[in-house]
Amino acid sequence: MSEDHLYALRHRHLIGLEDYSHAEIRLILDTADSFKEVIRRPIRKVPALRGKNVVNLFFESSTRTRLSFELAEKQLSADTLNFASTGSSVSKGESLGDTARNIEAMQVDCVVVRHAAAGAPLFLSQCLSNAVVINAGDGAHEHPTQGLLDLLTMRDALGGLEGLKVVLVGDIAHSRVARSNIWGLRKMGARVVVCGPPTLIPVDIEDMGVEVCYRVEDALRDADVVYALRIQLERQHEAFFPSLREYTRLFGIDPERLELAKPGAVVMHPGPINRGVELDSRVADSGRSVILDQVTNGVAVRMAVLYLLNGGGERDAA
Amino acid sequence: MKQQVLDKDGIDRAVSRIARQILERNKGASGIVIVGIQRRGDWIARRLAGAICEAEDTAVPVGVLDINLYRDDLQVRADYPVVRTTDIPFDIEGRTVILVDDVLYTGRTIRAALDELKDFGRARRIELAVLIEREGRELPIQADYVGEHIEVGAGRTVVVHVHELDRDDNVAVEEAV
Amino acid sequence: MRPDGPDTSGSAGITEIRNGRIIDPASGRDEQGDLWIREGRIVDRPADGDAKGATVIDATGQLVLPGLVDMHVHLCEPGYEYRETLESGALAAVAGGITGVACMPDTDPVVDDAPAVRFVRARAAGAAAKVYPIAALTAGRAGERLTEIGELAEAGAVALSEADRSIRNPAILRRAFEYGRMFDLPIIVHCEDPSLSAGGVMHEGSHATRLGLKGIPSIAEETVVARDLMLAEWTGGRIHITQASTAVTAGLIRAAKQRGVNVTADVSPHHLALTDEALSTFDTHLKTNPPLRSKADVDALREGLADGTIDAIASDHTPRSVDEKNTEFQEALSGATGLETMLAVVFTEMVGPGLLTLNDAVRVMSTSPAGILGIEGGSLSSGAPADLTLFDPDGTWTVDPASFKSRSANTPFAGRELKGSVTVTIVGGQVRYRRDGPESS
Repeated sequence: MSEDHLYALRHRHLIGLEDYSHAEIRLILDTADSFKEVIRRPIRKVPALRGKNVVNLFFESSTRTRLSFELAEKQLSADTLNFASTGSSVSKGESLGDTARNIEAMQVDCVVVRHAAAGAPLFLSQCLSNAVVINAGDGAHEHPTQGLLDLLTMRDALGGLEGLKVVLVGDIAHSRVARSNIWGLRKMGARVVVCGPPTLIPVDIEDMGVEVCYRVEDALRDADVVYALRIQLERQHEAFFPSLREYTRLFGIDPERLELAKPGAVVMHPGPINRGVELDSRVADSGRSVILDQVTNGVAVRMAVLYLLNGGGERDAA
Repeated sequence: MKQQVLDKDGIDRAVSRIARQILERNKGASGIVIVGIQRRGDWIARRLAGAICEAEDTAVPVGVLDINLYRDDLQVRADYPVVRTTDIPFDIEGRTVILVDDVLYTGRTIRAALDELKDFGRARRIELAVLIEREGRELPIQADYVGEHIEVGAGRTVVVHVHELDRDDNVAVEEAV
Repeated sequence: MRPDGPDTSGSAGITEIRNGRIIDPASGRDEQGDLWIREGRIVDRPADGDAKGATVIDATGQLVLPGLVDMHVHLCEPGYEYRETLESGALAAVAGGITGVACMPDTDPVVDDAPAVRFVRARAAGAAAKVYPIAALTAGRAGERLTEIGELAEAGAVALSEADRSIRNPAILRRAFEYGRMFDLPIIVHCEDPSLSAGGVMHEGSHATRLGLKGIPSIAEETVVARDLMLAEWTGGRIHITQASTAVTAGLIRAAKQRGVNVTADVSPHHLALTDEALSTFDTHLKTNPPLRSKADVDALREGLADGTIDAIASDHTPRSVDEKNTEFQEALSGATGLETMLAVVFTEMVGPGLLTLNDAVRVMSTSPAGILGIEGGSLSSGAPADLTLFDPDGTWTVDPASFKSRSANTPFAGRELKGSVTVTIVGGQVRYRRDGPESS
């Protein structure tokens, strides 16, 4: 089977887009397109994952991602269990390895995991012999389904991904969304520029195949996609930048700055938005914003990932 | 070993015959919608619609159904099938749905299609049209309109080719791989 | 274990190591020959009558080395016996061809007074290898009040160190260097500015960026190396920088040596053999402090070792339990065991590819560290203690943590094929380890 026409994913788990090939990403996006139709049906439920147990293991609070996964699971008729716990498993007194063994003992087919520690989903996948692991965000490492829904949104809005200029603005250092987008976009042939204060651009990020720019006006020139990342308000207390006011002055996306991008450029944000900080409301609510499409596509992409990974059968190890 | 059972003209004649029977039984084309099952049935469905349109001079809505998410073998297959487009851009509520597939064999595809159709609304009536019917039913399902009934032993496969996907129109019987 | 191992000497109390390749950097000797042991010491060939009754250990095809001295190990006793004990650590040492180990004071309680030093020595008296306690430089390793260095030296401490902590207050370190001049004990410093390394779990570089793990920048080590070298230079104190891990550190040490600073340094086998790229799998066994650095750093450290900038290789043997490692990367404790793999790793990674001569490898793992610590050993001259290691340079083996003598299995080299293995380890004239036969017990 040629690498360009995959009919199944080569991976057993979805830990990150770094490991996924162009063909695998394309298969997921194409499958998600089919699922977008399912979401528009009068009865938005198909029996594809009937009898499958999926557990949503959220060690870090997240409303949006959890709801999106839950909806995707339910629309595929999977049986879902939710487990939420903040704080590290160590402080809870049970190790992640023990949690994994408990999950296995309950005959769970698929684990969707969100964890504050980078690498935790990979660790979990190594502990589990049968269940499929889907990373719903691990530390500052990856958030692959977010990356995929972003790719789908860009593909929908602009007709393709190859050759696009995508500018990621904000806190790149602490962002798993940025990393998954960078891997996904680079594999699909897009050009990626990261922009933010030097304190929030991690060292040697160029090795991931991106360009670095510290002046947002330069970065936005001829951009097809302006992707504002959420600024964590507590970063100003850790001396990454002096104040939110100055951050907004230097990096906030407002209508004037958006004018520098291509006429058809779209604006994206992973949510929730700090209005008036990284994104001006006039931009967030404009016709250029595809932020709500991202949310809709999130369900379709997660359905596609759940469907493709729960197909069982022999595959390469993660 | 490959053995052709229908050529292009044979397919055309079968489609015309089915179109006539549909119009006869339903007393015209009013209230009729056609839904073809991916990935060959939808092309047969389009031709059927064309034939009806020609005969009655009225356009019949055509939809496409991918039944893969409703298959009953998802738990046992090594890999899940590729999910293709489902596109039924009309309301089936109260209509007569002509469900179209290329080959009727075990009946499982039709079972999945019926399950899926009911999630789109309550049709007044669903009729089944197939280009080829062969022995081997595993479910109590039968076609209302049959283009050609052929005798095929177990271990052999009926393959329908449509020029839109396969460059050529014909039906052949092949050794199963 | 009995306080002294089995007596392997023959009727005349003499052992002959026959027909090995004898390598002794202390005397520059590298030749095929025999070595004689009598009453725990290396002796000249005895008179024929005595030689006849000797126990013979055939060393054909093997290297005969002065026993290795590892000047930076954590043996975890007292306080953390679930990780390692003085006894298990010493067994691991001789299995790795190491006859002498200097153990860090980061135990519970901290080895910061004379009774604690004596406790370690007494507990280790019957151990398979010679154990030399390193005492803390400040009480409780709190970095505030100097320990009683005179008394510690008298009790047998061979060096002073805060283990894996740096003294934050430079005034304290200044006094330590000044006061320490009376005793000629090396002050072993781990260089890390905790403000710069805070929260970091691996080397800050492109791989940390890729993995989304918080980095420990090289500069966190280098600013402290520079500060400590300046303080040592200014006070005339004696400094030993342990676990040098960056190219800049190597350069700072090289420059200081040229200025005549009384400085020595060591590097670990894992910092010579592994880079941060290996962390891609989030394998917690590769989480160490200092962290595995970049390829450029590894190259500079190898060069520094070859040109004499770095004096010694020390394992930084840091046992950790399964639970302390088998968890999320950021939660896992750092540290790697090294006693049982050090010699083979250095032989495979450094000597094999020609980056270090065999003679230099033995020098940096035996002669130099013995010299820095001021202990007997590191020599095969007549009269030296009969601590020696027989090494088969040809055999290959695969590192299997399950076969370790150490209580802990947290090696970064699991599954790796290494060339060369220890066949016999002799401590004080007694065979304490034998690869193919019954060991001392």
